Amino acid sequence: MGVVARVSGPVVDAEGLTGAKMYDVVRVGELGLVGEIIRLVGDQCTVQVYEDTTGLRPGDKVENTGQALSVELGPGLLTSIYDGIQRPLEVLKRNLGDFITRGFVAAPLDEKKVWAFTATAKVGDEVTPGAVLGTVQETPLILHKIMVPPGVRGTLAALASGSYTIRDPIGSVTTADGPRPLGLTQKWVVRIPRPVQQKLAPTIPLITGQRVIDTFFPVAKGGTAAIPGPFGSGKTVTQQQLAKWADSDVVVYVGCGERGNEMTEVLATFPNLQDPKSGRPLMERTILIANTSNMPVAAREASVYTGITIAEYYRDMGYDVALMADSTSRWAEAMREISGRLEEMPGEEGYPAYLGRRVAEFYERAGRVVTLSPDARTGSVTVVGAVSPPGGDFSEPVSQNTLRVTRVFWALDAALASRRHFPSINWLNSYSLYAADLDGWYRQQIAPDWMALRQKAVQTLQQEAELQEIVQLVGVDALPEREKAVLDVARMLREDYLQQSAYDDIDTYTSIGKQYRMLRAILSFGEKEQEAVGRGATVQQVQKLAVRERLSRMKSISESEYVAAFDRLELEMGEAVAALGGSA
Amino acid sequence: MATAKRAPKEEVVGDVPVDYRTIDRVTGPLLFVREIERAAYGEMVEVALPNGERRLGQVLDSRKGLAIVQVFGPTMGMNVTATTVKFLGEVATLPVSDQMLGRVFNGLGEPRDGGPKIVSDRRLEIVGNAMNPYSREEPSEFIQTGLSNIDVMNTLVRGQKLPIFSGAGLPHNLLAAQIVRQAKLRNSSDSFAVIFAAMGITSEEANFFLKEFESTGALERTVVFMNLSSDPSAERIITPRMALTTAEYLAYEKDMHILVVMTDMTNYCEALREVAAAREEVPGRRGYPGYMYTDLATLYERAGKIHGRKGSITQLPILTMPADDITHPIPDLTGYITEGQIVASRELQRRGVYPPIDVLTSLSRLMNQGIGKGRTREDHRGVADQLYASYATGKDQRALSAIVGEEALTATDRIYLRIAERFENEFVNQRPDEDRSIDESLAIAWGILSELPESELKRIKPEYIRQYYRPKPPAA
Repeated sequence: MGVVARVSGPVVDAEGLTGAKMYDVVRVGELGLVGEIIRLVGDQCTVQVYEDTTGLRPGDKVENTGQALSVELGPGLLTSIYDGIQRPLEVLKRNLGDFITRGFVAAPLDEKKVWAFTATAKVGDEVTPGAVLGTVQETPLILHKIMVPPGVRGTLAALASGSYTIRDPIGSVTTADGPRPLGLTQKWVVRIPRPVQQKLAPTIPLITGQRVIDTFFPVAKGGTAAIPGPFGSGKTVTQQQLAKWADSDVVVYVGCGERGNEMTEVLATFPNLQDPKSGRPLMERTILIANTSNMPVAAREASVYTGITIAEYYRDMGYDVALMADSTSRWAEAMREISGRLEEMPGEEGYPAYLGRRVAEFYERAGRVVTLSPDARTGSVTVVGAVSPPGGDFSEPVSQNTLRVTRVFWALDAALASRRHFPSINWLNSYSLYAADLDGWYRQQIAPDWMALRQKAVQTLQQEAELQEIVQLVGVDALPEREKAVLDVARMLREDYLQQSAYDDIDTYTSIGKQYRMLRAILSFGEKEQEAVGRGATVQQVQKLAVRERLSRMKSISESEYVAAFDRLELEMGEAVAALGGSA
Repeated sequence: MATAKRAPKEEVVGDVPVDYRTIDRVTGPLLFVREIERAAYGEMVEVALPNGERRLGQVLDSRKGLAIVQVFGPTMGMNVTATTVKFLGEVATLPVSDQMLGRVFNGLGEPRDGGPKIVSDRRLEIVGNAMNPYSREEPSEFIQTGLSNIDVMNTLVRGQKLPIFSGAGLPHNLLAAQIVRQAKLRNSSDSFAVIFAAMGITSEEANFFLKEFESTGALERTVVFMNLSSDPSAERIITPRMALTTAEYLAYEKDMHILVVMTDMTNYCEALREVAAAREEVPGRRGYPGYMYTDLATLYERAGKIHGRKGSITQLPILTMPADDITHPIPDLTGYITEGQIVASRELQRRGVYPPIDVLTSLSRLMNQGIGKGRTREDHRGVADQLYASYATGKDQRALSAIVGEEALTATDRIYLRIAERFENEFVNQRPDEDRSIDESLAIAWGILSELPESELKRIKPEYIRQYYRPKPPAA
């Protein structure tokens, strides 16, 4: 037991905590505010407190729990909405009302709910970390595998199927140190990555249904992506689209220091969203972590670790998990704020000198892995981090440190957003380093000429950018028809392919198969247009074709009928353009 | 517990607060009080000056034997020998009641209009607890401001926080007053009130607003918290919290719909910087404290609606961007917290357009929830998108024609050029007393869009085009 020596905002100095370790969780004051030790100087330790410290006085008691900040992992995580330190917001509301008051402790998982556990391991089995003991149908979408916690190995002494709460023992294992009870849950310290056997190369794309991402800047399962963009450029909508549509099994969405009303939108829309594959509510495979900007800053710092630890846990079961962090800049600012209170020597722009290391450590927890398990299951955690660079300036430390470690960069562009080109991912500045790794998959699964089409589209857009510079000087009329045709195709690519409305029922998701047909339709139209122009037709004539108008509405062709529709469209398109220019 | 060792004015009896005469340093708005053992973080203090004056303050940093106190008022006249500090044992609170409507208070919540003090047994802590995101209700009710450029292009909804980013010399006050005057919900008779928090504005600006509220009869449903430029800057840190605490009381306990106008947030941030500098904190960007984002969030995030409660809080903060720079930390951090922004443009102002709102940089993030069938009109989204895109293209053509001449543009480009002109002059431009209904605004929008051939209307669904699109017969 120690006492408070100093209070300054979320940072509290305590003394008299003998034997305290770094990152031990402490309870501060009469209210028992949750905090974490972040610095030790002799008998004095500095604590970052996860709750508002107003009213704390020097001399108030400080209690050390002796444990590091950890999360409880087990059935009941899915569909939950947590704050940054895994307190369920629904339980907080039930107990505290509409505003979050302090010092309240809530069990992260429902302790009374009874789960039907089906044992798959047998008594007498030799078990090692990650071995599956049995399963619980957590939600209709996800089968929760109950695993032997890391670090535990031995002979299974007892295990039985049946109905259990998370506090009941389901069996026990005889380890070298004696018997050890097994339950439905395990705890894990959030700041330590869960162990894996091996990291695998990223060779499978995460299909998101967003054309500009899947076609031009794909992210691999287990990959990392950064979305930096100034405010108002559509970062949050893009993140939410990914959460809704990406083909991962489990989604962890961390709202880190973001707007309350935006979080509410997520909370209000996700339960009503259907999982495209099963038709079940999307929440049944989602975990939300909401630490809004006005909630305590230290809990914001912890929220991304809480999120990724939960993501790793589902990965260990063999699932593909997508983690969205919105926004990592707020997380970095929380670090800066606490570092400032600690009066640490600042690095660039006031951020602590360890910013780069922390960012890299966080993204390194992504990956497609062979999990620590006897059956060598594979699973993946894909991390998509939003970055909010001040003033939209990518040269600031958080953007730069993020770009150094992430392999996909979706550059959101305020200029595009302001003309309502959404998703406002700039096609010239963005990149994906996975494109080559994923080439094989696209060739096999979609079409052999996928890469060639993609390349052609990229070239056309690049050519457009160059031509635009000339147009700025001399006007479009000065260009030869051949180049006008290039501009015309590029415009179709931009408006009819890259632009995608998140709010349109059909356009919000495009399957990879339809993407291929759309892209092929535009590019082959472009080729035919060039041919017609070569025969003496004008671009204006081509633009007036009725089929061209239909091409620009191909976004609204539904997923169920697109194959036939595109066959027809391509045929008519060929005939219509072929009729131009020949006789002239 | 607390014992003042040096010349206490009063003896310690139970919980009776003690006077400390142990100030050893006064810098800017800060007092360093020694020998205090157990001051609570955030505790209120009363400072008694040698001449008998009393001022309020608050503990910013507390350790054994030292408390750093921020004084809400000038530190002029304070000394280290005869000034005493009394620790009041409570955090800052505000007595609230519905009697506050129609009253004018200073930045600390004391009457400024000569009326009586507010007496109420309901006292609320002015630092509000964070609203549980799970309790929030999604804002979705359209507020009609009567300004086409806001209603159609950047729709305001109840529970939103939508700041006006302005610059020195731009008519943001006129605009704010017009919004306050005209803002209403369609088909609703809910009780409605305005809370006006002024931070460091000039008395001329203050008088403009007061006169405006009086002349429209809005004062009876307005609560004013007024901190003028001549008032102490540290007080500005309290003022918006007083206003928002009152707003929460009226909204969540009295079922009222509250519009909070806070002006000028730039002055608030400067006060924050002033205190941080006096504490010798490590400065962040441009000298503003590193926690400014969190601090601003604790203000802005108090807008919203709660499930199961009738009232709502909508915020309209106004800030002036230094040198019209939207990347300056104040507008930048604000924009990351608020749900969009209304940006005033000097270019439009020079063209004589009122309100000079630049639609390309403005944004309302909650717009989608508030518009569409049953709320505004089914074609609203498409019309807004089409108009945005067309205006953006038109402005590009304007820039291009300045170089190559209008003759070098294609026929389609010239249409866009004309759309940009008409958009500014007919749609954006309106009189400061002109209150357009959403249908009127949409009709003007369709009038402008009808310049375009149907094939260019890619953002609007065909059925709405059939219903509303009335192209002009092609000119000879």
